Amino acid sequence: MAVLAVAFVFSFLFYLVLTAGSGKVLFWSIEEIGFGLVFAAFTAVLAKKFFCSTGTKLGFRSLNPKRWVFFLIYAIGPLFFEMAKANIEVAYRMITKKIKPGIVKISPGMKSDFGTMMVANGITLTPGTLSVDVDEKGNIYVHWIFVESKNPKLEDVCSSFPKWIRRIAE
Amino acid sequence: MIGSGFEFMVVAVALVVLMLVCLARVLLGPTMPDRVVALDTINTLVMAFLVVLGVALNAIIYIDVAIVYALLAFVSTLFISKYLEAEA
Amino acid sequence: MIILVIYAFLAIGIIFQTSGVIALHQFPDVYTRLHGSTKCTTFGSIFIYLAVIVYGAWFAFSGQPEYAVLSIHTLIVMVLLLVTNPTGAHAIARAAYRSGVMPKGAVVDMLKEKYRVGKK
Repeated sequence: MAVLAVAFVFSFLFYLVLTAGSGKVLFWSIEEIGFGLVFAAFTAVLAKKFFCSTGTKLGFRSLNPKRWVFFLIYAIGPLFFEMAKANIEVAYRMITKKIKPGIVKISPGMKSDFGTMMVANGITLTPGTLSVDVDEKGNIYVHWIFVESKNPKLEDVCSSFPKWIRRIAE
Repeated sequence: MIGSGFEFMVVAVALVVLMLVCLARVLLGPTMPDRVVALDTINTLVMAFLVVLGVALNAIIYIDVAIVYALLAFVSTLFISKYLEAEA
Repeated sequence: MIILVIYAFLAIGIIFQTSGVIALHQFPDVYTRLHGSTKCTTFGSIFIYLAVIVYGAWFAFSGQPEYAVLSIHTLIVMVLLLVTNPTGAHAIARAAYRSGVMPKGAVVDMLKEKYRVGKK
């Protein structure tokens, strides 16, 4: 029941953001608010299984605002900086054609599925690395465009991301 | 000066040219995943194109089309990948 | 003044998009092509969207509040792109490996060992 309520509130808020500026009641018209309530109820029933599901071992703790603030800092700070570096690096490899590819295995040791997904996404957006496969234990197989060592340390592949994501998703 | 939207039209035309270059890879690509990569790139370009065109033509509804397109493109990419996996 | 910021964002965006598309033709195999196309088009699109967001916010603050909708919706597109694009790239890479396309000229391939032990 609590999951249903949380899913309903989030879908309704998203609907309000999408239709902002449609009328006179604050920013919305009466019709939009009415339809929003109906559709949010439908969506909540449909999304109950996935929303805040306890299968990811995170559950309701993901609603803690501290995690959201950390996520914002992470997205604007380290992630953006690494993406800028990654683009310069790709342009450099493209011009010089100096590549030495290979697939290596790293184990970030995340406890939740959501954390593993965020690390994999971060790896894909950082310099020279691309996540190819994940196994059941949370080990990530990474395609590295310029292999420096065959048994890489965690910091070589995904700089400081696991530290950040541990605070966000665990 | 304000609201001419001309510069956004220039960017839209440039994006269309880039899409055509990607299309060459779709036609050439030696293996199937190559073509899928090029299609995925075209999807990303189309999203940017829709947003920029919405500004240039002063029609905000284009941005909503871009939202729907983003979700559908993501789902279709996942399904094509799933199909390739199962075929092997 | 603000128009210069918008021009700069648009220029950076289109430059990175172009480099991403050229990467599709320069690199030898699927995985390296994914490197180029995913990173560069994501970054380039973010800058183009930032230009649109600044444009909408500028109009909204200079007396046309209906343009705020433009900024909000573009922000939603940007978040969607940031979430879906790396995930799609991961799906394609995984499908490529499982359908038997090997990385060209790889010096080390740890995934091969996994499949030898696991499935076959």
